[in-house]
Amino acid sequence: MNAETTSRQPILAIEHVAVHFGGLIAISDMNFHVGEGELVSLIGPNGAGKTTAFNVITGFLKPTKGRVTFRGTSLNGLKPHEVTSLGLVRTFQRTSVFDKITVFENVLIGLHRRTAASLFGTLMSLPKERNAEAALREQAWEILKLVGIDHQADELGGSLPYGDQRLLGVALALAADPSALLLDEPVSGMNASETARFVSLLNKLRAKGKTILLVEHDMPMVMGVSDRIVVLNYGRIIANGTPSEIQNDPEVIQAYLGQGVKHA
Amino acid sequence: MKRFLPYIAVAFFASVPLWLQDQYFLHTLVVSGIFMLAAMSLNLLLGYTGQLSLGHVAFFGIGAYVSALTSLGFSVSIFGFQITHEPWPPVVGVILGTLVAGICGYLIGKLAFRVRGAYFVIVSISFAEVVRLVALNWVELTNGPLALPGIPPLTIGFEWTGYATLWGKAQNYYVVLVAIIIAYVIIKRLVYSPFGRAMIALRENETLAMSVGISVTKYLVLAAIFAGAMAGTAGGLYAHYIQIIDPMVFMFLNTVTMVIMVITGGKGTLAGPLVGGLIFGLAPVVLRSYVGPELQWILYGLLMILIVFVLPDGIVPAIERWFGRSSGNADDQRPLTLETSKAPQS
Repeated sequence: MNAETTSRQPILAIEHVAVHFGGLIAISDMNFHVGEGELVSLIGPNGAGKTTAFNVITGFLKPTKGRVTFRGTSLNGLKPHEVTSLGLVRTFQRTSVFDKITVFENVLIGLHRRTAASLFGTLMSLPKERNAEAALREQAWEILKLVGIDHQADELGGSLPYGDQRLLGVALALAADPSALLLDEPVSGMNASETARFVSLLNKLRAKGKTILLVEHDMPMVMGVSDRIVVLNYGRIIANGTPSEIQNDPEVIQAYLGQGVKHA
Repeated sequence: MKRFLPYIAVAFFASVPLWLQDQYFLHTLVVSGIFMLAAMSLNLLLGYTGQLSLGHVAFFGIGAYVSALTSLGFSVSIFGFQITHEPWPPVVGVILGTLVAGICGYLIGKLAFRVRGAYFVIVSISFAEVVRLVALNWVELTNGPLALPGIPPLTIGFEWTGYATLWGKAQNYYVVLVAIIIAYVIIKRLVYSPFGRAMIALRENETLAMSVGISVTKYLVLAAIFAGAMAGTAGGLYAHYIQIIDPMVFMFLNTVTMVIMVITGGKGTLAGPLVGGLIFGLAPVVLRSYVGPELQWILYGLLMILIVFVLPDGIVPAIERWFGRSSGNADDQRPLTLETSKAPQS
């Protein structure tokens, strides 16, 4: 069951990762891979350790044991911004956008990793820096158009409808030029049409060859978009396979629906 | 209109010594200007990165002492080594004061930005207190409470132009005006660049900023270096204008004055510390001609409370909003909200 069903080159590897908060074991022993260009979903009941796994992968949390490697580089001990600079970028469940800044500037901030401005050139306002700034604005527009919120460029991030805020969160992550994207419950709280919009964005990103690791509760969506699904429960991986394999896995059904009541 | 406002302001303030008869008022303008420069530097930290430094006067004082000692010369023994420094020109002193304060900004930034919020505030206060105690007790170098008198005024010029010593108030007024313009341009270019955006991102949401690849330490320390250096320049100008400094320069009230200037004017705005600085720099002098000394500081406090209550964002954002509403934003450029920070810093 736990055999890797992918033939793709694994780029993100989580090996024997454990996270303990004092006596509480959030993740006990987690092993899985994400292949180049693959869309893997990480699912599980609330409190299963999905977000904790994200935090470990992106450097926001140090694992108690084990290691995470991305394209052959160990991520252990790296700070979040250093993980991002390797091309592994995440979104957040709650704090997803800069509220008091316009959508356009949100994306400009997200483009930080692509700026090569020198301090001296900036203070002297050299033509090179001004051209770079103009190019950056072009890139921001492209990302806004890709995500489909370009008509709201001048709104404040926090004033967008909820679904659009999530899209902006993804735009921010995309601006950071990721080769692998980690999305933490991107469609939670979205209505059906917003979710459909989001799925079409996911498909656009996949067409661009982005590797995606998704944490999500929306099962129809997960089943529809994923190449492979990893199921977590109580900090432990209980299943790893294609959507159809997962749907028929007795342990997964038990984790989600509980032990069936025996009829007398 | 808004585009020309800085030029109109500069033209107006450049003309002030030509028609202002009251020399004491001119003196107040010079001192206020020096504190406005310091407030601008504090604004870089408090307004743009969102970090409240209540020890900002330390950089001001360091700039003042370094500049004074460089131009006065000194002789101290450290661990048995006698170090003697011959007097250098005051301009070199101001430059060195700027550099040393900037280096202190780097060191303090590296140390203090391991913590945030109230903890950072406490570390910054402690730093200022340590520096004050050094100035007070290292009598051999600083003369301690007896003060460093006879600091030479600034001289400008080159060997081939001859030197001019700036004794007069009007001359110093122009020096301060030029310093403020330079600082304004530096801060403006910085905050409207990717560097400034990174600082603002850290202020708004540090976690999210990290996730898009912004190094927290790098940009907070960068802001601290610039803030420290500019406050150091202000301190250097202060020393050469007042011509005497003592450890009182480090008093907490000076930091508070800078914070008041930034908060009332509007933190995180370019013009905020200047507007706040003018009001609270001149208020004591203006009030003095109408009311007694007891009432003067009470009114000063009331004015401050009133502004903070009625305009919690500060004066400049309030004015901007007022004009934005009445004229409709006709700018062809995208409106930059980088200049408004609505939520009060907790």
